[in-house]
Amino acid sequence: MPQFLEHSMTSWRGQEVGHQLGVIDQFDPRARIATAMIFALIVVFSKTLWLPFLGLLLAFTFALSASLNMKRTMRRVIAMDMFVLVMIIMLPFTMGGTPLFHVFGFAASEEGFVHAIGIALKANAVVLALLALVGTLEASVLGHALARLRMPEKLVHLLLFTVRYLDVISREYKSMRKAMKARAFVPRNNMHTWRSFGYLIGMLLVRSLERSERIYAAMKCRGYCGKLYLFDTMHWQVRDTCLIVIVAVFAAFAIFFGAYTA
Amino acid sequence: MTALIQAEQVSYSYPQRGLVLDQADLSLYVGEKVSLEGSNGAGKTTLLNLLVGLNKPKAGRIFAFGQERKIEADFVEVRSKAGFLFQDPDDQLFCPTVLEDVAFGPMNQGKTPEEAKVISLEVLDCLGMQGFEDRVTHQLSGGEKRLITLASVLAMKPEVLLLDEPSNALDKEARIRLIDVLLSLSQAMIIISHEPSLLEALVTRRTRLEEGKVLDV
Repeated sequence: MPQFLEHSMTSWRGQEVGHQLGVIDQFDPRARIATAMIFALIVVFSKTLWLPFLGLLLAFTFALSASLNMKRTMRRVIAMDMFVLVMIIMLPFTMGGTPLFHVFGFAASEEGFVHAIGIALKANAVVLALLALVGTLEASVLGHALARLRMPEKLVHLLLFTVRYLDVISREYKSMRKAMKARAFVPRNNMHTWRSFGYLIGMLLVRSLERSERIYAAMKCRGYCGKLYLFDTMHWQVRDTCLIVIVAVFAAFAIFFGAYTA
Repeated sequence: MTALIQAEQVSYSYPQRGLVLDQADLSLYVGEKVSLEGSNGAGKTTLLNLLVGLNKPKAGRIFAFGQERKIEADFVEVRSKAGFLFQDPDDQLFCPTVLEDVAFGPMNQGKTPEEAKVISLEVLDCLGMQGFEDRVTHQLSGGEKRLITLASVLAMKPEVLLLDEPSNALDKEARIRLIDVLLSLSQAMIIISHEPSLLEALVTRRTRLEEGKVLDV
């Protein structure tokens, strides 16, 4: 596995996208999650092209006001666009309609193109808005905000435990990986490599399972009876209501100009 | 005088490891700080687990705080009065922030969020960890994690402390600080440790687990 891929798979500090504090950071996490959610729904259900385009512009505004690090953000967006690209190439050939041109006797339809562009615009708008509004939250704050938004408790706990222990597990993975390297292990395409990686993953699973048992025991020792208690300091302010009103206006605008009836 | 917590003739075996405790006796009285030494895999942690009911003995009896404890429901009270410090702080600190973690115990004891917060801040203050309440637990250093886990145990106001290798993986400075903190505590303790400096500074009675039995040293 290339170094950078291995790195991004195992190194997650449970932290927000690195950025300087921006306007977006002044808003309540709940308002930001709700806004991202409503925004995504508005954009995704559109049947026209102009609305996703407007959405993309709005998402750029969010990204700018969140003072995201453009280079890193673009890298993430482009990672997603790789999937979209495959779809843009495939869709014109798989959807029926007016043929635009032929490749090896296969017709590329105009409708397919329009559809693919629509999906590309939507995907980019939603991902950019998510990175700007939700991605700038620290992961544990995200968990707290979801809890306050009355998301199912079990899901919130799952998220919080993941945030807490992903780093521990990745540390274990890295230390075992280092121990392998220290004994001159170089991954090659042979049985020994596959078996060693199998052991590595198996051992990681076993250790994680054992750790989860110890964590549960530690929780029982402190009187755990099915409930986690979260403390946070979120205040809903006037500007948070304003943010919700702005997306609501955007939604009304989209409906009024027939984005869903085309 | 009756013991605060006592294991009487307890035996325990694991499917693979076989018999680790063979009719072992251990008791802890008020004001004592007892060490529990022994080689790796001797069953020291297992014995502490038995005392708070995390494992159930195959034979023998557990007495704690004036009563015999048999079933899970009996041990809920024991765990509230006997603070157990785990070997690996990462097993114990599972909440996102320090304050939530320290307040977890008191909340389970039925305190209101405000009370739990006050208790937690007091305990953190006592251990010289003021200002740590909003820190994210997985970003603390080893020594800080250790003191926060101790705070989270002390916040439950236990009468007894069970410490499983408390100075494990601490540097000299952090170890000295931990010893100072432990010396200032009035609770009776059972301490699993191999650390001569810690044992000399703290312990009032030394015991050793060997071949499934607890022997006085």
